[in-house]
Amino acid sequence: MQQIPIEHILFVSTALFFIGMYGLFTRRNMITMLMSIELILNSVNINFVAFNKYLFPGKLDGIFFTIFIITVAAAEAAITIAIIINLYRTHKSIDVEDATELKY
Amino acid sequence: MFLPTLIFVPSLTALAVLVCKGLKQVRVVALAGSLVQLVLSLLLFVQYRQERNAGNDAQWLWEWDYTWFEPLHINFRVGVDGISIAMILLTAFVVAAGVLVSWTMEKLSKEFFFLLIFLGMGAYGFFISLDLFTLFFFLEVAVIPKFLLIGIWGSGKKEYSAMKLALMLMGGSALVLVGVLGIYFNSDIGNGQHSFDLVAIAQTGISPQAQNIFFPFAFAGFGIFTALFPFHTWVPDGHSSAPTAASMFLAGISMKLGGYGCLRVATYLMPEGAQTYAWIIILLATIAILYGAFATMMQTDLKYINAYSSVSHCGFVLLGIGMLTQISITGAVLQMVSHGLMTALFFAAIGMIYERTHTRMVAQLGGLLKVMPFISTVFVIAGLCSLGLPGLSGFVAEMTVFVGSWQNADTWYRVATILACASIVVTAVYILRATGKAIMGPMSNAYDNLADARWNEKLAAGILVIGILAMGIAPFWIQDLVKPGTESIVQRLLGF
Amino acid sequence: MADYSYIALVPLLPLATFVLLGLAGKNRLVKWSGYIGSATMLGSAVISLYAAYQYFFVNGKTGDAYAEITALRYTWLEFAPGLSIDMGIILDSISVMMLVVVSFISLMVHIYSVGYMKGEERVTTYFSFLSLFTFSMLALVVSSNIFQIYIFWELVGVSSYLLIGFYYQKPSAVAASKKAFIVTRFADLGFLVGILILAFYSGSFDIGTIINRATDSQSEAFTGLVSAGFLGMSALTWSLVLVFAGGAGKSAMFPLHIWLPDAMEGPTPVSALIHAATMVVAGVYLVARLFPVFYIDEIAMQVVTYVGAISALVAAIIACTQTDIKRILAYSTMSQIGYMMFALGVSGYGGEEGLGYTASMFHLFTHAFFKSLLFLGAGAIIHFVHSNEMKDMGGLRKWMPVTHITFLIACLAIAGVPPFAGFFSKEEILLAAYQSDKIVYGIGLFVAALTAFYMFRLYFSVFWKKEAADASHHGEGTWSMKLPLIVLAGCTVVVGFIHFGNYISSDGAPLPTHFDIRFSIAPVVSAVAGILLAAYLYKKESDRPAKFATALGRLYRAAYKKFYIDEIYLFITKKIIFNLIGAPAAWFDRNIVDGIMNLLASGTARTAALIKGMQSGRVQSYALYFFGGVVALAILLIYIWI
Repeated sequence: MQQIPIEHILFVSTALFFIGMYGLFTRRNMITMLMSIELILNSVNINFVAFNKYLFPGKLDGIFFTIFIITVAAAEAAITIAIIINLYRTHKSIDVEDATELKY
Repeated sequence: MFLPTLIFVPSLTALAVLVCKGLKQVRVVALAGSLVQLVLSLLLFVQYRQERNAGNDAQWLWEWDYTWFEPLHINFRVGVDGISIAMILLTAFVVAAGVLVSWTMEKLSKEFFFLLIFLGMGAYGFFISLDLFTLFFFLEVAVIPKFLLIGIWGSGKKEYSAMKLALMLMGGSALVLVGVLGIYFNSDIGNGQHSFDLVAIAQTGISPQAQNIFFPFAFAGFGIFTALFPFHTWVPDGHSSAPTAASMFLAGISMKLGGYGCLRVATYLMPEGAQTYAWIIILLATIAILYGAFATMMQTDLKYINAYSSVSHCGFVLLGIGMLTQISITGAVLQMVSHGLMTALFFAAIGMIYERTHTRMVAQLGGLLKVMPFISTVFVIAGLCSLGLPGLSGFVAEMTVFVGSWQNADTWYRVATILACASIVVTAVYILRATGKAIMGPMSNAYDNLADARWNEKLAAGILVIGILAMGIAPFWIQDLVKPGTESIVQRLLGF
Repeated sequence: MADYSYIALVPLLPLATFVLLGLAGKNRLVKWSGYIGSATMLGSAVISLYAAYQYFFVNGKTGDAYAEITALRYTWLEFAPGLSIDMGIILDSISVMMLVVVSFISLMVHIYSVGYMKGEERVTTYFSFLSLFTFSMLALVVSSNIFQIYIFWELVGVSSYLLIGFYYQKPSAVAASKKAFIVTRFADLGFLVGILILAFYSGSFDIGTIINRATDSQSEAFTGLVSAGFLGMSALTWSLVLVFAGGAGKSAMFPLHIWLPDAMEGPTPVSALIHAATMVVAGVYLVARLFPVFYIDEIAMQVVTYVGAISALVAAIIACTQTDIKRILAYSTMSQIGYMMFALGVSGYGGEEGLGYTASMFHLFTHAFFKSLLFLGAGAIIHFVHSNEMKDMGGLRKWMPVTHITFLIACLAIAGVPPFAGFFSKEEILLAAYQSDKIVYGIGLFVAALTAFYMFRLYFSVFWKKEAADASHHGEGTWSMKLPLIVLAGCTVVVGFIHFGNYISSDGAPLPTHFDIRFSIAPVVSAVAGILLAAYLYKKESDRPAKFATALGRLYRAAYKKFYIDEIYLFITKKIIFNLIGAPAAWFDRNIVDGIMNLLASGTARTAALIKGMQSGRVQSYALYFFGGVVALAILLIYIWI
């Protein structure tokens, strides 16, 4: 079976990473920002799986890390959404520009 | 003697003060604690004499070692020699007098006395430490309370002064830390291991290159504490804003931490560095002595006068250390003790005058001898001690510094010595001007009903005057006390 | 060698009095303080007289010469082995003589003060200070160690300060006390540095050792002192000139004399004791003590001679124009001390050569009696008329007979009229000067005439001149004031006949007394001329003095203004030291040094203010910084470091 070259996969993951990064920097809505972060994390996941497959086929470390990241991402999403809900209660908004009290 | 007792007693006193209620309980506890400490210090002195007379010529007595942090070789190691005992005695005298002077401190009395005792504890710890890390630790312990003492109980532009003092002393501490770490990383106690242990480092020594790099850090760092020109400007502001007892502690104890550190850490551990930089020390010390004296002449506030004169007098300490002869270093130690007692007495007298007249401006005072003979006499005694009258401690200390400096046969060092000697004339000018205006002369009617010193003030002044007289009339005992300590330093200086 | 350790009691008794009265404070012992002080002084005086008798007549001699006996020595402060400050008692002919003078005059002054200070509020303090002074002075004269001299030198200075400022509410007294202390302190600086030089080369503070080592031309000390030099003078010359500067300050020699006239602000008995008889001659005593060392250095001897001669002349001229009786006496003291100084300066060492030394000590001895008598008499006069100014006096001989006679005796003595004490001692001084330096002799002779003139100007203005107002209700003074006058007057008549050379000479061996009637013609004639001129001008009230003054014109005004020396000092201190050194130093400290510190602090604060905008609170910008940082690090790691 013809293997997909690693460059293709890396291209996808890089694209995903920068899409996530773009979303994180430009979106004001916190839910959208959270989703962007998920994109970034998933781009990392793809990298892990791909490198594991292509560089160290006999090992499973990359796969494990992916599973770790998925777990952590789930927990993180839960906490973030809790924070967003709390922010909404106090600020009546989930726009990140409205929550800038924590400064100098 | 079990040396950590000297730390435990103040710590317990400080804790006990926190438990007390009201000024009356607090001050009694604080006084009791400081008197116990005074007795302990005197006992330490007596036992030291006994040990030495019994032929014990070990460099450090009553050593005690407790491992604090093994991987970095940080120990809580204590031990004393004559120099430390002289400093401990000074601290005990000043703390006791300071507590007595603050007898009527109504504002936040618990916190005030706690900080005083705590500061004293830091000083005791500093003077008995034989480990650079604990030494530095106690140095910091003695800095922090000063910030609060001035910031909360001070007068005038107290926030500014407190901040300035804390920042400059912290800067000094930072330099000290660099010096200490430099010593640590260049020490080698076998197998390439580093150590903070002062005794071990002294035995193995540090490479001359490292000494030349780190001596300035350590010396300047400690020098800031003892008003090294041009880092002395915290002295006038800090002293003048501080409450009386804090001024006494600041000038009587804190400034001595610096002198002791210069001697014990910088000069003792890095003798070659000391020789390399001796001329700079002497230059700065001479400037401080003369320039401090001339600047004092122009001051109009009693506290500023005493603070600037402290700059001048602490210059003698640095001069004595910089001259690197045994007599001059002995003189430096004597000057530390003498200046500590004298300036504490001076600040106490100024505080008493201020409390009654509500002014410290020389021009507004006058003829106080008439209504407050006791306080005025104390003021005059402190002034005469400051200008080096024989029979009082200042003379003994200054003359030892002069004679010792003169033994250093370099022509330019002699010129520096003569210039330093010249300051005794300027000292006489500013002391007599202040005395002539404030104590003598016609008295304003507004002061007719002022009362003389109360018992606690008399006792406080009495304690310090006894110290001054004991040193001034019979200097041989303190000379005998200090000499073995300075000899060990000079031997290291000559070893290279 | 006899045991003289009991001499320690001589200074210790006054010390005990000082401690007792000093601690007693203001209220207790007020009535008794004078008696306590006088009683202990009596003890001291008796002991020192006994010791003098023992020393001079019983067992002081070793062979032919008077020996130096160390009665006590106690190490006070040891700097290094051999280099220590010792507290000791040394007896030789001059220290025994000084012991007698100081304790005796002090006793007289104590007794006198009982009457004079009656009713003063701080009388206890007064007597305690007086005891402190006596203690210090006695301990000074018996010093065996040069640092011991310095210690008590400072202590007599401070007791003088305390006593001049005794009337502390009077601004002029405060100013005078300050001036006295600071001027002598300035001189002491020289003394101290001189000591340091001498002690460094001779390796000891002990006077005997210093003299032995420095005068032995084979010793290391001598070669060190002579070969080391600074600014073209040898270390020996420097050290001696500096030590002499200390002595000159204490002895009010020109140009360090400015404190002495002002010191008259103190109570008059104090002036008699400190500023006439004892403390001010300490400088002479110091030079005499170190005389063998001074003798080997010609420049130092020249300095001593000419400073002494100029002081004698300047003071005598100024004294002729002053109107305050105590100031006149002060200048006359200065002038007489100038005599003693130049007598030492022209003296040789040993045998006949040492005539000047003997003469100087002789004059010191006689001067102590008649000058304290003059001051005590002046005190009685001031007590009587309540003024120091001569214009308030006149015709007092009628109301103050005892004072008048004793004062006249003292005036004759100081003028050098035989057979009073001053005649003999001045005679010897002039003879010594004549033998070695004719210019100095000329000055001495002229000053002798001036002395006679101004003393009798004083005498006639006070006791004659005009008729005094009736003051019969006003007694002359209590017995305690009259007794010392009479005793001192008796001494003034007697002491001149002592053959001083038998007892005191530069090398201890007796020196035959020189008395040549032909030689004494010139001094006596000049003294009588001075007296006659004074009588012509001042015996009756007239306008002659005013005419005289106008004739002298500028010279008179300059002398009246004390040659503007005070003004020069004032200029130097106020204008130069305060304005050009003190004020800039204080300004520099507050603005430049502290300014740099403040700049450091404000610089830090300003930088913080500049960059604090980074902490905006916007999460997204933080993320951007973070990402930028990661990119930068990545570029660094990939392209630059690896």
